[in-house]
Amino acid sequence: MLDTKNLERGDLASPTPTNISRRGFLLATAGVTAGALVLSVGLPAAPARAQQAGMAPGTRVPAFLEIRPDNTIRFLSPFNEGGQGIFTAMAQIVGEELDADPAAFLVENAPAGEDYKVMGAPFGRVTGGSMSVRSSFDVMRRLGALARQMLLQAAASRLEVPLGELATEPGQVVHAASGRKVSYGDLSETAMDLPVPDPDSVTLKKQEDFSWIGKPVARLDVRDKSTGRAVYAIDVKVDGMLHAAVQHAPRLGLTAGHIRNEDTVRGMTGVHSVHTLDGAVAVVAERWWNAKRAVEALQVEWSDPGAQGTDKRYMPADFSTAAFRERLANEPGEGKVAEEEGDAASVLQKAENVVEATYFSQFLHHAQLEPPSTVARFNDDGTLDIWLPNQAPEQFQANIAKVAGIEAAKVNVHSPILGGFFGRHFLYPEANPYPQAIKLARDVGRPVKVIWSREEEFLRDPMRPMAAVRMRASLDEQGMPQALDIVSACEGPTEAVFGHNPDKVDPTAVEGLTGKAYAIPNRRISQIYVKNHTTIAYWRSVGNSMNDFLYEAFLDELADKGNIDPLELRMRLLKGNQRLSTLLQHVVDLSGGWKRGPFDAEDGTKRARGIAMASPFGSHTAAIAEVSIREGQVVVHDIWESIDPGSIVNPAIIGAQINSAAALGTSQALLEDTVYEKGEPQARNYDLYPILRPDQMPRVHVGIVESGEKMGGIGEPGLPAVPPAITNAVSHLTGKRVRSMPLSKLTFDA
Amino acid sequence: MIVQDAKGSRHATTTSRPDFQIIAKTLDQAKHEELAMELTINDTSYEVQSDGETPLLWVIRDELGLTGTKFGCGLAQCGACSVLVDGVVTRSCVTPLASVVGGRITTIEAIEEDEIGKRVVEAWVDHQVPQCGYCQSGQVMAATSLLKENANPNDDEIAAAMTNLCRCGTYNAISAAIRDLAGETKEG
Ligand code: FES
Ligand code: FES
Repeated sequence: MLDTKNLERGDLASPTPTNISRRGFLLATAGVTAGALVLSVGLPAAPARAQQAGMAPGTRVPAFLEIRPDNTIRFLSPFNEGGQGIFTAMAQIVGEELDADPAAFLVENAPAGEDYKVMGAPFGRVTGGSMSVRSSFDVMRRLGALARQMLLQAAASRLEVPLGELATEPGQVVHAASGRKVSYGDLSETAMDLPVPDPDSVTLKKQEDFSWIGKPVARLDVRDKSTGRAVYAIDVKVDGMLHAAVQHAPRLGLTAGHIRNEDTVRGMTGVHSVHTLDGAVAVVAERWWNAKRAVEALQVEWSDPGAQGTDKRYMPADFSTAAFRERLANEPGEGKVAEEEGDAASVLQKAENVVEATYFSQFLHHAQLEPPSTVARFNDDGTLDIWLPNQAPEQFQANIAKVAGIEAAKVNVHSPILGGFFGRHFLYPEANPYPQAIKLARDVGRPVKVIWSREEEFLRDPMRPMAAVRMRASLDEQGMPQALDIVSACEGPTEAVFGHNPDKVDPTAVEGLTGKAYAIPNRRISQIYVKNHTTIAYWRSVGNSMNDFLYEAFLDELADKGNIDPLELRMRLLKGNQRLSTLLQHVVDLSGGWKRGPFDAEDGTKRARGIAMASPFGSHTAAIAEVSIREGQVVVHDIWESIDPGSIVNPAIIGAQINSAAALGTSQALLEDTVYEKGEPQARNYDLYPILRPDQMPRVHVGIVESGEKMGGIGEPGLPAVPPAITNAVSHLTGKRVRSMPLSKLTFDA
Repeated sequence: MIVQDAKGSRHATTTSRPDFQIIAKTLDQAKHEELAMELTINDTSYEVQSDGETPLLWVIRDELGLTGTKFGCGLAQCGACSVLVDGVVTRSCVTPLASVVGGRITTIEAIEEDEIGKRVVEAWVDHQVPQCGYCQSGQVMAATSLLKENANPNDDEIAAAMTNLCRCGTYNAISAAIRDLAGETKEG
């Protein structure tokens, strides 16, 4: 993906790079290059082919593809790479129809622009929701096919033969009759000048003819990422750039007043200037370390204007997560209905065997390893170049334009690969450093790079929501669930970010409580909206990250109350659902047969297994976890997880993503909890906010079921079934019902 | 707090988070910050201007422009900033510049010039270890350091040495890659 072959340092440093070909917008706009230390390329993302106006997103071939004389293929991806393997998947999909080996691709994230809004409404283009491949699969295949058609047309005139006599082999057009071959690289210049054919004029390959889709194609980025050559936003450097560090107000809503030692700090080594920002102070310096030391030395008098009654969130001085949890648990009301079937209320009223419990999810940090940063540079022509980690270039462009007070067309958004994201890099009020970078760059009249230290990041990272969920269910005489009533007190991430609608349930607050396939005849699932003082965000697998835990753990509680084995209960509730019964059986077989335990393991520990399912983001998963207790704490030994994503593009990437999601699910279940006291988060770094360590990582065994159903997501679906599989095993092993996470806050003896 | 003299030179600092132990003697010399220090990084000598307390990480990244070494926490928690100092893995975010003057520093940029480092990189590619990749420079340095010290580590030794964090959860791929390398050494 990252290529330095043609990027001489001098090229990059000059405002108009010399290596940009006639259609060289590809190189210029993506803002990602490797190895190079200086990035000052900044051509606007000019549409490549003005003569073909009004083309649908994802069809303007030259906006996506540049085939070089050496037959390498630069491809501008609508979706950003943050570890989920999307650049490789895109190369497989486009390469399949283009007839080009994915290994020949150099992939970068595309700039902001209409051409790249390939998902259609309402998203246009975001990297999230595990939607990249499934939302664009056909569009991107067609793009590859259109490019191939253009190459064939160029070859027909070059070789002076009818197009019908031509065929392709990977990377070249072949004229069998005369034995002549022309490489794509030779044809590209001519081909890309041709008008793009009617998208309906090309036929896509049949699945059985696929050469790369469905195969474990090697990732394009592993070598650069194993040798330090991959460039992230935090690594970007432009000529004349200064560095900035910030100190945020300890609570949201506070404003910086007098700085007692401003003059002293201004005199510190390397300090350029001291600035007051919205809810923060900043120091600009020649080096980031000097900026950080200086900004931390600033003695700021923060003033507390109290809640302003605006949309801006205000964090009161007495806020604590413990008290907020209590409030959620006791919030009165029955909530707005998100899903209803039968008549749960009257069944519950008449029932004899009712099970009732309150379950909790906790606030979580994204804790992606790359701290947020932004480089902002105002250019002489009135444009702004900005480099920042982001999952939605057009949304950022619009917002940046507003903040900078210039037209969106003058904002060149560069979106380098992401050092992890998990939902962190959407537009969140108060949680992105770009407004600071823009203001500082303008104030100092030079490009500025802002980096948030880990401590400043954990102070402004928006949270995965907390929920208190009141569960009630009735069991019939056979112990089968008859009615289920769930009331979740929670603010969903979508309403938190885009605004709450009092007439609507936020689906991302309840997904995973809703949409379960189990045949429980009477159900009422509802949400009570409780606004947070903290900012709220999407987190890998969004609502499902907590709700499948809450639901599946309660389901085990019901199984135990009804004296039915939890696997058996799920099998019965899925009777007639071929797809999910198959999946459940698949994970059982993968684990060597259902063995709930407790049993004695070879190493002398007593162990148990738990099982859970989830259906997030269009895919379905089933997981089994094996646990034991060591010194009062839970050890997760193995996770078996099967996924049915309908149809697949790269089984190796699926395996890696299940491992990754299992790690994050285990981390959440065992360790993670963002605690606020007196309005402030208690952990500001990984020392007090532990994330899963290598020695805590379970073995992960992955099963893939390709049912042939509609394609689902890959990056997130592996997570939600893991926490409940773990906690169900722990509840069974210890006899102590687990209704909240993380397990590190509980002690067990077994 | 910070005390400054008229020329703006820093005499003493404490922060709310004393990050690292300063090697007093070397630092004393380094405090005369106008005195440039010489660093050997990837077999090249550099004259650097940063003062002696500056963490090695920021000298490498900002002053020398070698950005393969990453910043994750600044608190010796994550290992993203790992480099080799005289062949031993070191978290450069808490390593004062003055303490490594005279040492041989290797960063990820030169890892393939090291025989063991080169094999580690190949194993990383074979096992398709990286996901987002942000921690991987540090992981490769840690693995190289381990294999330099112990050509044939067992699982416990791998676990004891490989403590860098990875938010993407590539841990199983990392240990598989190292086990492969250990096996390779055994046979060879
Ligand atoms: S940045 Fe040095 S250990 Fe995290
Ligand atoms: S690969 Fe992403 S943090 Fe390790």
